[in-house]
Amino acid sequence: MRIDTHRESDTENAARALAGRLRAGDILLLSGDLGAGKTVFARALIRVMTGDDNMDVPSPTFTLLQTYDAPEGTLWHFDLYRIKSPEEIYELGWEEAITDGIVIVEWPEKMGSLAPRDAVRIEFRTSPEAGRILTVTIPEKLKDRFSS
Amino acid sequence: MIVLGIETSCDETAAAVVNDRREILSNLVLSQIKEHAAFGGVVPEIAARAHLDHLDTLIKAAMSDAGVKFAQIDGVAATCGPGLIGGVMVGMMAGKAIAAAAGKPFIAVNHLEAHALTPRLSDNIEFPYLLLLISGGHTQILAAEDVGVYKLWGTTQDDALGECFDKSAKLMGLPYPGGPELEKMAAQCADPGAAHERFPLPQPMKGRQGCDFSFSGLKTAVRAHVERFPNPAPKADIAALARSFQDTAAEIVSDRCEGAVKKFLSAYKTAAPTLVAAGGVAANKALRAALQDLCGRHGMSFIAPPGALCSDNGAMIAWTGIEKLSRGLNDELDVKARPRWPLDPESQKNRKTA
Repeated sequence: MRIDTHRESDTENAARALAGRLRAGDILLLSGDLGAGKTVFARALIRVMTGDDNMDVPSPTFTLLQTYDAPEGTLWHFDLYRIKSPEEIYELGWEEAITDGIVIVEWPEKMGSLAPRDAVRIEFRTSPEAGRILTVTIPEKLKDRFSS
Repeated sequence: MIVLGIETSCDETAAAVVNDRREILSNLVLSQIKEHAAFGGVVPEIAARAHLDHLDTLIKAAMSDAGVKFAQIDGVAATCGPGLIGGVMVGMMAGKAIAAAAGKPFIAVNHLEAHALTPRLSDNIEFPYLLLLISGGHTQILAAEDVGVYKLWGTTQDDALGECFDKSAKLMGLPYPGGPELEKMAAQCADPGAAHERFPLPQPMKGRQGCDFSFSGLKTAVRAHVERFPNPAPKADIAALARSFQDTAAEIVSDRCEGAVKKFLSAYKTAAPTLVAAGGVAANKALRAALQDLCGRHGMSFIAPPGALCSDNGAMIAWTGIEKLSRGLNDELDVKARPRWPLDPESQKNRKTA
């Protein structure tokens, strides 16, 4: 699925549309270069899922992880930009996160082969007109819930 | 009073010994003593394992450099949050173990409070003061009223300032950590006056009410300029963009701080109102100049503690231990680590990891 966005509010709308379909145990992998819109997307998603439009959602680049309480479960917002080896995710509480949380991961490339297969993947690219192109890939087992 | 301070909540493993006459008897930060044979040239990593491997040796070295024995100290202070739970646990447990074995009080330190109290160690200033904390992970404006009493007036809505410097530097093709590299590149700009006109950048939030920051739009604008560079990018262009970025960042910080300065001057009637800039980004000279200028216009003093006390270190933890212990604010040994621990609980509702 391809979504073209022209401004930040379009990216936020795309995040809202996805938010309603997420359940505990889901994993969302957000790929794309610096400034491609991953954190803007994650922030909108977290605000919808926590039901708080003013929720403070700082970039987790430095802290590596921020967590939030939401009715559907705990939201784990990872940013793996700074990790050096994939195994470091275990020290961030990865196993607990994927057990019953809703997991959002920026820079999933850093996980290498540890990246989960049954995850929703979104690739962010900047388009020549300063907008963004989001390419969403839904794994087979989640197709029913996400394509309806 | 002599206190041992232990810091393991972020990337750095650090230990220091400080006394209540503001003398730093030792201050060791693992990443800065790479040549030290005992540590084998370790690059810091986020893993708790790295803290665990080196903390004992580092504490021993800090005690030996200070020339004191555990029997001679008055307390042990360790960062108990906010930060990554794995790292925090390592330092906290080491601190508790030493406190229990030596029969000394233990002090649980908030890492952010330690940054906030640093100007009292370095410059012996009185409460209240206005604090701008700018680092890789934090961008906050606080009014420091007393030990344990802080009012958070502004924070970033997205990226921290240090993160914005690092990521913008990376987009420009500069090495990591990018902040100091970007500053060097900006200094090479041949025509500073024209830099912003050539590479205009937005000033998110400028002129708006309040003291909150936003930097992610600035990063995106840098990216757009870089994408239009010829390949390979001429060094003169990179220098001009770096200059424009640095000037813009300084203007944004100065603009957001101006609101806080006015608020501080009307809220607190102190004889010597002071703005303190702490955190790694406070080392940037353009930022310092902008803040100095701002303070000059409002009749305020400006202080930035020395670099070694601005970045993460053990001395600030030990000093916070002294401030708390001298007020009887030490903790029991069952005190828990707090991955989220806002300085001003009133202002940060739901965020879990500060």
